[in-house]
Amino acid sequence: MDPRRAPRTVSDPKVRKVGFFTDPPDRSLPGPPNHPISSFPTSPPSTVDNSPPSAGNSLSPVMIPPPRHSSSILSPLRRDPPEFFPLPASPTASTTFSDDVASTMKGRGVAAASSSLPGGLLFDIAASSVPASGLTTVSVVNNLPIEKGGGVAVEMQDDQSSRSKSLKEKTTKAERRALQEAQRAAKATAKAEDGKTPAAASGAAASVKSGKSVKPPPSQKNDSAALAALEKKAGDRPPEKDRKKEVPQPRMQFDDKSRVEKAKRRAVVKQTEARNRVELFRHLPQYERGTQRTELQSKFFELDPVHPAVYKVGLQYLYGDICGSNARCIAMLQAFQEAIKDYSTPSEKTLARDLTAKIGSYLSFLIECRPLSISMGNAIRFLKNRIAKLPLTLSELEAKATLRSDIDRFINEKIILADKVIVKHAVTKISDGDVLLTYGSPSAVEMVLLHAHELGKQFRVVVVDSRPKLEGQLLLHRLVGKGINCTYTHVNAISYIMHEVTRVFLGASSVLSNGTVYSKVGTACVAMVAHAFRVPVLVCCEAYKFHERVQLDSLCSNELGDPDVISKIHGREDINFLDGSTNSENLQLLNLIYDATPSDYISMIITDYGMVPPTSVPVIVRDYRREHLWI
Amino acid sequence: MPDVQALVNDFLIKLKKRKIEGSQATARQTAELLRSVISQQRVPYTNQAGALIDAVRAVGEQLIAANPVELAVGNIVRRVLHIIREEDLSLTTAAIAGLNLSAASDGDDDDDGERDEHTVLSAAAVAASARNALRPPSLQTLLEDMPESVAIPHTSSSGGDSEGKSKSADKSSRTRRLKHDVIEAVNELIQDINTCHEQIAEQAVEHIHQNEVILTLGSSKTVLEFLYAAKEKKRSFRVFVAEGAPRYQGHLLAKELVTRGLHTTLITDSAVFAIISRVNMVIVGAHAVMANGGVIVPVGLNMVALAAQKHAVPFVVLAGSHKLCPLYPHNPEVLLNELRSPSELLDFGEFSDCLDFGSGIGSPLLHVVNPAFDYVPPKLVSLFITDTGGHNPSYMYRLIADYYSADDLVVRRRVALGN
Repeated sequence: MDPRRAPRTVSDPKVRKVGFFTDPPDRSLPGPPNHPISSFPTSPPSTVDNSPPSAGNSLSPVMIPPPRHSSSILSPLRRDPPEFFPLPASPTASTTFSDDVASTMKGRGVAAASSSLPGGLLFDIAASSVPASGLTTVSVVNNLPIEKGGGVAVEMQDDQSSRSKSLKEKTTKAERRALQEAQRAAKATAKAEDGKTPAAASGAAASVKSGKSVKPPPSQKNDSAALAALEKKAGDRPPEKDRKKEVPQPRMQFDDKSRVEKAKRRAVVKQTEARNRVELFRHLPQYERGTQRTELQSKFFELDPVHPAVYKVGLQYLYGDICGSNARCIAMLQAFQEAIKDYSTPSEKTLARDLTAKIGSYLSFLIECRPLSISMGNAIRFLKNRIAKLPLTLSELEAKATLRSDIDRFINEKIILADKVIVKHAVTKISDGDVLLTYGSPSAVEMVLLHAHELGKQFRVVVVDSRPKLEGQLLLHRLVGKGINCTYTHVNAISYIMHEVTRVFLGASSVLSNGTVYSKVGTACVAMVAHAFRVPVLVCCEAYKFHERVQLDSLCSNELGDPDVISKIHGREDINFLDGSTNSENLQLLNLIYDATPSDYISMIITDYGMVPPTSVPVIVRDYRREHLWI
Repeated sequence: MPDVQALVNDFLIKLKKRKIEGSQATARQTAELLRSVISQQRVPYTNQAGALIDAVRAVGEQLIAANPVELAVGNIVRRVLHIIREEDLSLTTAAIAGLNLSAASDGDDDDDGERDEHTVLSAAAVAASARNALRPPSLQTLLEDMPESVAIPHTSSSGGDSEGKSKSADKSSRTRRLKHDVIEAVNELIQDINTCHEQIAEQAVEHIHQNEVILTLGSSKTVLEFLYAAKEKKRSFRVFVAEGAPRYQGHLLAKELVTRGLHTTLITDSAVFAIISRVNMVIVGAHAVMANGGVIVPVGLNMVALAAQKHAVPFVVLAGSHKLCPLYPHNPEVLLNELRSPSELLDFGEFSDCLDFGSGIGSPLLHVVNPAFDYVPPKLVSLFITDTGGHNPSYMYRLIADYYSADDLVVRRRVALGN
């Protein structure tokens, strides 16, 4: 089967899931809740998936020890007891993890190759005979060893694992839950049939115990088929799994009373909701800043579960000391790095699961301080992915070191290096005599401007600023300090200043897959006016900020800032019209943080993959993310 | 006369220092000033209208030069000039009518050859000018009444060229009546300026429906009254007020609206684009309305108008008739704009070294641009609501023609020629 097609055939997993699991009627399956179609697993994909163990040997040359704990296997790990996954986690495999981009790619190729093998059919028959015979799943396992005939116990184990993997593999697209059930069933029957195949049973038991007890395979060749199968999975399943994830899980809607209540009970910080919330934005959280701060400070010593580094970053978010999505993302990752350094796995827990939970709790703390930006969400996804993919054989120390270096790698590659590439691209768009306009204080654009200045280009910069943050003044300070000729104005004067502007450079918090640029509020205004004046708009955005979500307006998802800063104007004490009336019931203050710029206004997005039109964003999100972003 | 000069100088200084806020106040004060100018002006027996016009023009030129961006001043000067002309015209036509009655009995000073012709024509002329008093000349009237072109120069210059007439008793009463009438009319104008809010606000219910969401930027008394009038009529709706940097007049408006019990949400200017998709109507006040239907508005509204156009939200401009300017704009963003102090945007302390023009290196590194106005082209305006009703931008030139006479459009040049 062409693995690339896998994500597209939606019905595929369900078909197999149904075929595989509906038959044992004695087992009440809570797992798959909805079976849309009930057809048998004779569908071609299953043929493909079951690459035969015997044929595996021939494939070994192309094989690279796979990232077994790739997300496909991993994700069940997170949800279900890990003992059910008899993974022969080989250290060799773990060493190749850094190259897993390549390995996944190859894995796909292998999978594609294995699909043509005739042995696959054989296996398929065995698989399809299972439901027909009405046996539990383990019968498949027991049927199969004939082909392989592993003698040594270790090999048996290995076999077992490979088989269970191949078994799993058949159900790759099935609900993980269902798989679990099946394995439980397998375990049960294996115990029942203990007398028949003691070795297999012990193997199963061994594999059941934990990943550690399973020895690494003595010969790579022997289980290369399994590897192939795994590779297949690695190639085939992540998209599947990602896909499920990719449908963005519904965000917390703060107009849903019951859920808000639940969230409140969980919350570390007591938050009082702002009094006058804007009707249109009921679905977004809005809290009173003052209480939040004192609350947090007083709780410093009580906040047991929160690592000090995370706590510090959280406070910095809350006070607005760190803003800008890159800065926030880096700060968060570095805090997590610290946290991971000091982390030790409690007894009777596995690192992967416990750490994920830990990170999750840190995250909810950070969210309480300030809602996550999309780029941070992406970084978190990366981190959780890495944790989940940690080979179980790694010692805790190694695992932590791996994670920390992974985080470093992410920061370096996805943010710092990406910015360098963006600067390199964007500088080519600046020529002598240009008047460049920028809005707010985007870090990438600042780098572009400074670099262009270093190259000796003659240009002028218009810094457009807006209340309440007035970040532009900071940028202005830095640019003027470097000797760049600047003009400063506010966002209302944009139509006045746009006459003389030749290029608009904007930053972005995120670029959504319909080309919408999600950025600091006011960006849309600037882009719109530039578009009306026929001035090209260039958006500098690192590709890690791309997101597959789509959005048409700035209301459905946004962030509300502190409303009180709206009524008080910093540095303008003469303006205090609202002093007495902020408590009035009729007055609401709305401090939006982001807005969505329609893609029509964007001429070009400069990203680390080059300069692309906004229509290419979904392509980058789809094609590059898997290989380059998340692995 | 000297006390008038003192008044004028006082007002000039106020204008130059931008002490007068808002075009309505400016318009009213200008009209009051011109009224006192007229009342103080000694009127000669001959050519009273000309004398008044010259006096008003002389003052008007100074006023306009004092703040060329405040178009309301020029508008009022032109309106007053137009009033003088109209009053003169109506008096003259009345006189001619009286003259025609007597023309049959006794002879005229004019040459007898033309006399018969003239009396025949004058009936038409009277009719035409009577119509003119109500309506300024349109293309149709110009075409259909050719005699008018003969009659009008005659009548308008009648005060000047006929020495003999001035001796007659009704002439002297006419001079007094002219000034009196003009002052009456200026008083009416002031009244109009004062009440234009109410007249505009009366139309509010026709434009605001239940549960409407309205966006506005900055502060305008007209808008406030308009919204309040709709609220008074038991319409419930919400208002988004953009604060209108750098003057933040939106805060003022928000406060006013809140105290009057309207649901108000204050937003930053940058959030306009985000919000406008949920807005049903943008209602703003204008600084001046140009003859082509374009509007000079507080800074930031061009952005709002573009956003409104993008989301097909009606962009409604409220403007009293004193804001209607008979000029066609050329490069209004620059020429009809003024730059305010940078201190509204930046602290001088922080950037003082960069802003220094006297350092001798040439131009400073940092410029701060703080324009006061925006120009919204007519294509972005959906509707004008004036005290005479709602109008399309393309109709504004015609509406404006009602208020001004074509001779006064260029106040300055005529005065320069006169000097």
